[in-house]
Amino acid sequence: MKSIHQLILAGASAAVLAVLSGCNPPGKNAAAASGKTAGVSSPAARTWVAPGDKDEFYLFYSGGHSGQVYVAGLPSMRHITTIPVFGKYPGTGYGYDEETKAMLGDYTWGDVHHPGLSKSNGLYDGRWLFVNDNANNRIARIDLRDFKTKQILGPIPNSMGNHGSSFVTDNTEYVLVATRFSTPLPKGRYADPADYEKEFNGAVSGIKVDAKSGTMSVGWQILTPPFDWDLGSTGKGPSSGWAFWTSYNTEMAHDQLEANSTQKDRDYAAVVNWRAAEAAVKEGRITILDGVPMIDPAKVPGVLYYLPVPKSPHGIDTDPSGRWIVASGKLQPVASVFDFTKIQAAIEKKDFESEFRGVPVIRYESVVEGEVPVGLGPLHTQYDGKGNAYTSLYIESAVAKWKLPPWTAEERTDLNKVVTDKIAVHYNIGHLVVGGSDTTQPYGKYLVAMNKMSKGRHISVGPSQPEDSQLIDITGAKMEMIYESFTEPEPHFAQILKVDAIKPIEVYPKAENANPNAVWDAKDTGVTRRGNVVEVKMIAIRSHFTPDKIEVNEGDELVIHVTNVEQTPDMIHGFGIVEQNVNLVIDPGETKTVRLQMKKPGVFPFYCTNFCSALHQEMQGYLAVKPVKLAAQ
Amino acid sequence: MKKFFQREYLFLRRSLNLPARLLLIVAAVAVLGAIFLPLWQIRLVAPQYQEGLAIKIYAHKLVGGNGGQDLNEINELNHYIGMKPIVQEDFVEMKWLPFAFGIFALLALRAAVVGRMLSLVDLGVLVLYFGTFSLGNFYYRLYTYGHTLDPRAPMTIKPFTPILVGSQQIANFVQTSLPQSGALLLGLFPALIVAAIWVSRKEEP
Repeated sequence: MKSIHQLILAGASAAVLAVLSGCNPPGKNAAAASGKTAGVSSPAARTWVAPGDKDEFYLFYSGGHSGQVYVAGLPSMRHITTIPVFGKYPGTGYGYDEETKAMLGDYTWGDVHHPGLSKSNGLYDGRWLFVNDNANNRIARIDLRDFKTKQILGPIPNSMGNHGSSFVTDNTEYVLVATRFSTPLPKGRYADPADYEKEFNGAVSGIKVDAKSGTMSVGWQILTPPFDWDLGSTGKGPSSGWAFWTSYNTEMAHDQLEANSTQKDRDYAAVVNWRAAEAAVKEGRITILDGVPMIDPAKVPGVLYYLPVPKSPHGIDTDPSGRWIVASGKLQPVASVFDFTKIQAAIEKKDFESEFRGVPVIRYESVVEGEVPVGLGPLHTQYDGKGNAYTSLYIESAVAKWKLPPWTAEERTDLNKVVTDKIAVHYNIGHLVVGGSDTTQPYGKYLVAMNKMSKGRHISVGPSQPEDSQLIDITGAKMEMIYESFTEPEPHFAQILKVDAIKPIEVYPKAENANPNAVWDAKDTGVTRRGNVVEVKMIAIRSHFTPDKIEVNEGDELVIHVTNVEQTPDMIHGFGIVEQNVNLVIDPGETKTVRLQMKKPGVFPFYCTNFCSALHQEMQGYLAVKPVKLAAQ
Repeated sequence: MKKFFQREYLFLRRSLNLPARLLLIVAAVAVLGAIFLPLWQIRLVAPQYQEGLAIKIYAHKLVGGNGGQDLNEINELNHYIGMKPIVQEDFVEMKWLPFAFGIFALLALRAAVVGRMLSLVDLGVLVLYFGTFSLGNFYYRLYTYGHTLDPRAPMTIKPFTPILVGSQQIANFVQTSLPQSGALLLGLFPALIVAAIWVSRKEEP
C-alpha cells in the first residue's frame, strides 16, 4: 500500500513539475518578466546608469511638508541632492547663515506641492524653478544656475493655503497662486466661521516675475467667493493668456467639509483671462487690499468666468496644444475634456447658464467635448505630445492612458474606446508627471507615478513610511513599469528637465563675489572690534582657517564672515562652532555671515564640518570667550 | 691639414642661394611664432582629477588650465608637501625670452640679406648653445621645485624631479610633460638653418 501511495505522489509531483516548466518556456522565464535579466531591452538595462555614467533627465520632486525640493536623475531614479527651500537644512547650512535665516523668517517649515519650471515661448528655459508653500502662503524661486533658493515671497496678502500654485505662464510672466482656504479679508480680521458665506473670501493671484532678475511680486489678485481653490494650470496656444483653477466646496461649507462640500454634482473651475487682469491693474480698475491690487470680478467683466466641472474636481490640466483642458472630478470616474475654442465661443456669444455674484457661469454642455471614463478617483492628467493623455487614478491605484480628441464618431458613441491602456501602481497615486507635459513640446518617454502609500513595497522601516515613486516607460503602445524608488515625505507634483537644458556652475567665480565682507588673502583677514561688536573676516582653504583664533569678551556680539577662497569644484568647507549652534557650509567662492551673542564664557573649538582634504581633521581653531570679570581687568 | 683649413675657409665664405635665403625667412617667422605659442605643458592626472590639471609654459607667461584655476589648484596641493608656489614672477627668463627670440629672428633675416655661410654657422652655434642652456635651466628649475621642500610641511615625501619629457608617477598623480607647438617651432629654427646650409653647400664663394 505504502509503495503505491509513494508512486502516486511521485507521479503527481512529476505532473506538477511538467506544468510549471510549461509555464516557463526557455528565454521567457520569471526573471525576464521581473526585469532581472541583462538583455538590452530589459527594464534593468533601460534603467541602469552605470557607475560614472549620468542620467538623461532631472526629476525635481516637491518635498511636501518637508519644505524641500528633491532632485533625482532619470531613468535611474537615484536621489542626487536636496534643495532646501522652506526649512532649515544643516547639510548645506541653509537657514544658519544670516542671509538664509532672514529669507526663512520665523517659519520653520513649509509645504511644497507643485514645482514649476520657468518657460520661454512655452518651453522650459532652464532658468528657475518655482515652488509653492501651501502652509504659509509663500512662493519661492530656485535658481537653476546654482540650485539655490534665491527668493521667498510671502506670506502673500489675501491668500490662505497656497495650493493652486506654482504654475508658470508661457513666458514666465506670472506664476499662479490661489487660496485653498478662505478667510475674512484682509487677513487678521475676525469673523465668525458661521458667517462663512458672507464674511469669508478667496482669491486667485498672479505673481509677477521680473524677466531679468526673476524677482517676484504680487501682480494681481481676483476676489472670489469662499470656494476652496484647488489646482491650476496655464494656457498656451489658443488659450495663451488664460489660467484655470479647479475648486471644491462651491457649497461654501465651513464645517464637516467631507460631507458638506460634496453635495453638488458640479463645482466651479475659474477661467481667468490674466491679460485682462493685468490690464485692469494697469488701468487702475482695482482696489488696494492689504497693499496689493485686488480686482472685483463683478466690476471688471471679462476677467473671470466660472466653468462647471463634475464633482469636487482636483486637477485641471491644459494639453500641449492649448486647446484641450482636462479636469478630473475625483468623486466621479471621468475626466472631463473641455474645448477651449468652444469656451471662447461661449464667452463671445454670452452662452452662460447663470451668474454667481456677478460672474458668468459658462454653459457646461456648450463647451464639454466629452467625459472620458478613465476609472476611479481621477486626479491629474499629463500629456506626451503624441495625442495621448495619462490620468492618475487615486482610488483605483492605476494610471489610465487615453486618446485626446479629435475622436471618431464611433469613439464618441462609446468613450470607453479611447481608453487604450491601464497600469497598476502601488498604491494610491496622487500626481504623475510626464516630462514637459506643461510645455508645447513634451519629452514623453517617461512617466513618474507618485504614490501616497508604499506599505509592503520596501524593507520595513517602522511606522513612518516613505512614499513610493514608480517609473513607467511610455514609449510603447502599452505602458511599462520599469523602476520603483522611495522618497521621504512627500512628493506631490514634480517637473522633469533634460539634463542638457541647463549648465549649472560648480563654483562661485571669485570675480562675481560682490560681498563687501569677502576676503581672499590671509593678509586681508582679521578681527576688528567696534564697541561690543567684534567682526571677523575669515578665509577657509585646505586645510586651515585664517584667523584660527578669535578672542572676544562675554556679552560681545560676534559677527563672522567666512569666505571659502577655493575655486575647485566640490571643495566645500564647513564652519561649525562647538556648543554655539553655528553651522555654516560655504561653497567654493562663497562668503557667508553668522551673527551670535557671546552668552557664556569659555573656549569653544571651531572646525571644518564638510570633509575637504587629507588634513580636514586638522582644520580647526578656537573661539576664546573671556568672562566679564577677566575682560574688565 | 692646411688643405682642410682652406676648405673650411672657403666653405664659410660660400654665398647663400635663393632657397636658402627663403628658408631663413621661414626660420625667422617660426621663431617669432614661438613667442606667442605655448612651449611646454605639464599635466597632472589623479583619480579625483580625471579632467587633469594643466600648466602651459609660454616664452613670456605661465598659464594654468581652466582659466588659470589649475595653477592655483596645483599650488594648493603642493603646499601639503612644502613645495614653494609656482609663480610667474620667479621665472626671470620670461622677461627676456621673447627678446632673445626676436634677436634670433633678426639674425636669421640678417643672414638672409648678407647671404654668407658664416652667418649661418654663427647663428646655428648660438641657437644650439641657447637651446641647451634653456633646457638645462628648465630642468634645474624642475629639480629645484622638487628638492627644496619645506621641512615643516604636513606631508614628507622623498625629494623628486618632475619629468621634463614623458610621464611619471608622483604619489597619486601621473605627471606628463611634453613640448608644445611653440617648442616645435623653436626646434624648426635650427633645422631650417641646417637645411639652408645644406642647399647652399656647393655655392660659389
